[in-house]
Amino acid sequence: MHVPDGFFNAVVSVSAGAVAAAGVAVCLRGARRELDDRTAPMAGLVAAFVFAVQMLNFPVAAGTSGHLMGGALAAVLVGPYTAVLCVAVVLAVQGFFFADGGLTALGVNITIMGIVTAVVGWAVFRLIARFAGGSRGGLAAAAFAGALVSVPAAALVFTLLFWIGGNAPIAVADVALAMGGVHLLIGIGEGLITALTVSTVLAVRPDLVFGARGLKRSLVLRGADGATEQVPAQAPRQAAPGRPGRFVLGGIAVTALLAGIVSFYASSSPDGLERVAQDTGFGVVATDHQLVGQPLADYGEAGGIPVGVAGLIGVAVTLAVGGGLFFAVRRRAGETRESVGA
Amino acid sequence: MGAGHHHHIYRPGDTVVHRLPPQCKLPAVLGFAVVVVATPREMFAAFAGYALILAGVAAAARVPPWFVLRRMAVELPFVVFALALPVIGLGERVSFAGMSLSLEGLWAAWNILVKATLGVVASILLAATTEPRMLLLGAQRLRVPPLLVQIAMFMLRYMDVILDEMRRMRIARESRGFTARDVRHIPVIARSAGALFIRSYERGERVHLAMLSRGYGGSMPMISDLSASWRQWMLAGLLPVLALLVLGVL
Repeated sequence: MHVPDGFFNAVVSVSAGAVAAAGVAVCLRGARRELDDRTAPMAGLVAAFVFAVQMLNFPVAAGTSGHLMGGALAAVLVGPYTAVLCVAVVLAVQGFFFADGGLTALGVNITIMGIVTAVVGWAVFRLIARFAGGSRGGLAAAAFAGALVSVPAAALVFTLLFWIGGNAPIAVADVALAMGGVHLLIGIGEGLITALTVSTVLAVRPDLVFGARGLKRSLVLRGADGATEQVPAQAPRQAAPGRPGRFVLGGIAVTALLAGIVSFYASSSPDGLERVAQDTGFGVVATDHQLVGQPLADYGEAGGIPVGVAGLIGVAVTLAVGGGLFFAVRRRAGETRESVGA
Repeated sequence: MGAGHHHHIYRPGDTVVHRLPPQCKLPAVLGFAVVVVATPREMFAAFAGYALILAGVAAAARVPPWFVLRRMAVELPFVVFALALPVIGLGERVSFAGMSLSLEGLWAAWNILVKATLGVVASILLAATTEPRMLLLGAQRLRVPPLLVQIAMFMLRYMDVILDEMRRMRIARESRGFTARDVRHIPVIARSAGALFIRSYERGERVHLAMLSRGYGGSMPMISDLSASWRQWMLAGLLPVLALLVLGVL
């Protein structure tokens, strides 16, 4: 189920779009490092695979069934960069060709279902795989944990965005509880099917599993006279660990913060948190916000700036920051390529 | 095999809307969607205006209403969610037909329903009047990274092949008397998914080798030249501009 148009306000939609664009830009460079000139056909086919697997319904309990999100599965199978690209392309195709998921919500969808699931799933997978050892069971367990955590993590980021700029009058705590609870269940299903899928691929073509690359056994050559010789496996090309995650998380945090502060005041109706505050009465003791004196404070009307303009300023600010981040990364990526070339 | 079978989403035709270059249509639809999302939910007349604009586009493109209505089924999950909002929403309550409904929830449900519907119809019309391949070429003209466009093209081209493979596996399972009913059957489904991944990946490797043998050097040649005249840009720009006018006047 993808987020449609109108679910989040315009500011959050555009901010998430900036985050998604920056994330996809980083992953384009990363994927080219993972796959070189094979990127286009391989990522395209894996994207088609993710699309197909999302249609694969699996039974969760009697009568209900869920379907795979596939972000963590793709991250374990083909690496985090390619996984984000594949899921992003799948979501874009679903949005533009199948009208599944709003066009303005594309950024939100890519951020939540592509970037968050793949990055969180991959991080947890690596962490567990390091401790669980390189056996097939260990990798499957790590894949289970990664997929299990990635789904509620996506749900929580959704809740965070909802808190910042959701268009429905539900208390954030309720949303967090409901989303977290339901998605923990879905996560168990996702984890099971991810672990079993990874384990199946490991049994047949272990060389295809990106997450198992560091665990290649060395080649043993056995001559006709019975003499054996060990040829060490080629050192696997590791994806730069941490950087995309750190960058993407930082980007999400900065943009969300900005969008939150601005859209909080641009909204003309009390949002969920304020509503909870009113209902439970802690709004009475809450002191006036420190931004009250500033032009954008209090629903954008206090300083004589109408709501719409406040929203536009918010969008402009977020776009500027998003663009700045994008530019910084681009320059850094360019530098590393030059240093490699030299 | 690789041509793709998108008959169900694309409606071939030769109308003004079909002939517009894709790089004009894409920003027009995106702009329209942004205007719709940014409209305050109290402006009923504006939403009616947007619906009229879309109806005009559909009429110009000769897309029949039943075609759009049938494809709107994608929206159903969110309709269910939106209908639940007045019941679970917070705040001031009104009673209607014996039920206590949240006023704020009713507004939210209306807001989500109307904006999601307008967005869905806009993208249905875009997909119905533009060939998927052309849409991606248009995206490339709009400076979307070529690698991303290529990935999407490969995905579109092989989507039906992979889906067919999945369907064949399902038929094979079912012809052996298996249907997934509860959690214990997940391993079987997962094994199918694993086999599907291996088949997709190996097909990708074969496709790559086939491309190399035909002289692929990292980028796809542009065969057709997609140029748009300023009149076509103006025509496509009518969609968001009219929407903005509706928003401004009403």
